[in-house]
Amino acid sequence: MNGHDAPPTIGLSTGPATSLAYHTGTWRTERPVYVELAPPCSLGCPSGEDIRGWLGSTQEGEAGFEAAWRRLVAANPFPAVMGRICYHPCQEACNRAEVDEEVGINAVERFLGDTALEKGWALPAPAASSGRRVLVVGSGPAGLSAAYQLRQLGHAVTVREAAAEPGGMMRYGIPAYRLPREVLAAEIRRIEDTGVAIECSTPVTSLDDAQAEFDAVVLTMGAGVAHHVDIPAGAASHIVDAIDVLRDVAAGNAPLVGRRVAVYGGGNTAMDAARTARRLGASDAVVVYRRTREQMPAHPTELDDAVGEGVRVQWLSTIAAVEGPRVTIEKMSLDEEGRPHGTGEFEELDADTVMLAVGQDADLSLLAGVPDVTVADGVVAVDPVTLMTGRDGVFAAGDVSPGSRTATYAIGRGARAARAVDAWLAARVLPAEPVQREASAERLNAWYYSDAPKQHRAELAAARRVTGFEEVLTGLDAEHAVFEARRCMSCGSCFECDNCFGMCPDDAIKKLGPGMRYEVDYDYCKGCGICAAECPCGAIDMIPEVR
Amino acid sequence: MSIVHIPFLQTGTLAVGGRLLSEDERSLQSQADRPSSLTKGHRACQGCAEALAARWVMDTAVEAAGGRLIVANATGCLEVFSTLYPESAWKPPWIHSLFANAAAVATGIVSALHAQGRDDVRVLAQGGDGGTVDIGLAAVSGMFERNDDVLYVCYDNQGYMNTGVQRSSATPAAARTATTPAVGRSPGQAFGQGKSMVKIAMAHEIPYVASATPADLRDLEAKVRTAMSMHGARYLHVLVPCPVGWGSESSQSIALARAAVQSGIFPVIEARAGELTDVQRIRERADVEEYLRPQARFAHLFKTGGEDALARWRALAEANIRRYGLLEARS
Repeated sequence: MNGHDAPPTIGLSTGPATSLAYHTGTWRTERPVYVELAPPCSLGCPSGEDIRGWLGSTQEGEAGFEAAWRRLVAANPFPAVMGRICYHPCQEACNRAEVDEEVGINAVERFLGDTALEKGWALPAPAASSGRRVLVVGSGPAGLSAAYQLRQLGHAVTVREAAAEPGGMMRYGIPAYRLPREVLAAEIRRIEDTGVAIECSTPVTSLDDAQAEFDAVVLTMGAGVAHHVDIPAGAASHIVDAIDVLRDVAAGNAPLVGRRVAVYGGGNTAMDAARTARRLGASDAVVVYRRTREQMPAHPTELDDAVGEGVRVQWLSTIAAVEGPRVTIEKMSLDEEGRPHGTGEFEELDADTVMLAVGQDADLSLLAGVPDVTVADGVVAVDPVTLMTGRDGVFAAGDVSPGSRTATYAIGRGARAARAVDAWLAARVLPAEPVQREASAERLNAWYYSDAPKQHRAELAAARRVTGFEEVLTGLDAEHAVFEARRCMSCGSCFECDNCFGMCPDDAIKKLGPGMRYEVDYDYCKGCGICAAECPCGAIDMIPEVR
Repeated sequence: MSIVHIPFLQTGTLAVGGRLLSEDERSLQSQADRPSSLTKGHRACQGCAEALAARWVMDTAVEAAGGRLIVANATGCLEVFSTLYPESAWKPPWIHSLFANAAAVATGIVSALHAQGRDDVRVLAQGGDGGTVDIGLAAVSGMFERNDDVLYVCYDNQGYMNTGVQRSSATPAAARTATTPAVGRSPGQAFGQGKSMVKIAMAHEIPYVASATPADLRDLEAKVRTAMSMHGARYLHVLVPCPVGWGSESSQSIALARAAVQSGIFPVIEARAGELTDVQRIRERADVEEYLRPQARFAHLFKTGGEDALARWRALAEANIRRYGLLEARS
């Protein structure tokens, strides 16, 4: 024997996984950090909905629907309404448009809203009573949003409405073929069920009296007064305001409009008026608009739907005069800055009725003789952060105040006003909305998202198509709503795809379990950046290592 | 052993996992309790795709073998970075002998197990392109020819990287290495040189030959599972981008593997007994430039005088697309 005591071995041997003693993390010059960024859909949603969040719950299918709806109504108590009438700026912002086509967020919102009504889900119970009383003047989207959020915060809320029914422009401005009244009524009733008192046919006539009765007042009277233009018209001419026609139809007093109707204006109200005229029996509905399609303020889908229903549009035209059933039209031309000018060229149009839809003004009658509430540019001036008017304890939101005149904006501003009132009642300073970092399309690695199978897309397109006289747009069924929700790319927020965990060459990512996401093991992470590069949704930043 | 079909779930089969997947739809690498056969603390460079692919292959093989797997490793990056004495980053039983003889060592292990009457232990051999395509080719060919019961895996980073980036017979045309500098009338590796190890393996008509990349985990896991379900000589060729040798960003290793496949440069195939049986179709066609430009070893292709070489690269991609039907509709 050779004198060795140790047993004979073949070569050298080491124990398994003994490399753990060596911390390769010291090599790192950059470190991966998980981030949570704001998706463009939410940044684009004037109501401030956590769209990515509620789509995320919807993705789980049946079991996630109620959670999805609860996340949705945290910002907007009207999903079934807004799932029908919103112009969905969220979809315009959606990053998926760069992959194939934007996510049909609005259709999923409607599905959740309708499902909640069908299942009878109740809004969350309000916080414990604060003992404070708040008056909301007007029951449109801004007013009811403010009332709902104030009630959630524990305040006693009374809404006073001048009209016979609550809902504002949702009730009296938007035709039933876009928003069935029972849907609106059900979502308003659900807000009342949380303890909000709505008093209809009760106009508020004195701000001083209101302030004597309540601790704070939110003005949400809207902009329901038709704007007028001077048109030379003969005595036999039939000229009406489009908004009045819509209101009368909504109230069940449909007017006679004749066979030929001209609608003057290019906004959404003009489209609603023309489509309503068709439904009231007009065989010929012509929209007279002084600029071109590109400049038209009406939403493109509204115009398409109107044209699809046989509405004609006379572009670059103004109504110069009306004499009985004869309307004189002047042709316009645009100058270099896109402003229309008369050409001196005229033509005649036959119309039994002329509907004016040239804009709406805020209803400011309550504020006559209230010197400390400033009116500027036809609306109530407010502090941009607190939405408080010039008078202490009086706030304003929605169309009566500055900003975009859409229901979604009104809902967002109503909620903002509620937070402002709550802060003011508690003598707290309401912070400005934080600036959020956006999860832009360049951050995404779209390679990983599924191709949306064609047959699903076709069925979805069909569900969005005009299908009838009653309600024009049909809803999605559960299968398609889940499919559509799963098209969400979860921009800027980890959705646990396991790419970072699976693709780390250094085995330096820990998977923490369902819903818990991951953690970087910085003892071993070399900072190669593969996790960040291969993260589909851009939820990992590489930041310089500071030692 | 085909890839598990994933219904429409936000991400499809290309992501590692996904919270909406059911248990049997999950990849092994997405499991919190995966074996991690090549564990933390190894000394592979930042962004090393070989370290990544080796864990994927080994984990799948270990699982398929019920934990009873012996591995023979050729000399090369994988061996050097995983076993700096006295440490080892491996969990399964693992042996390194010489540069040229991993296949022969594996054959020896199979024979020893047979002599002991044991049929419950599987054997895997692995090496880089140097140990497989150049130095170890005789042993690999012998193992194939005898149809020894070994799965041989080649991690192809296209050169001798840990010794200073010298060319191998797997180095692609025009690539600059320490021994094929980008100078002269035909800079870099000469066109026409080099071997296709996948075709060489197929020519042996062994039971199973496949190629894969770290750009498609599920495809790679399925191929290892398929190979492990069979007996006899099996060969898997994995393209592994090398940030140091290729002169690319460490974060781009997966993206480069993806570009190699989507441009048609690296055909991902499956063959049985010498017959081509499956081809991965191109999903989103990429130009060869997407693959070449991020790599400093091809920088001269994008300077004056590089046009010819770039055109020849396009022709290589076109030839693959035609030969393997890479653009045909997926069945």
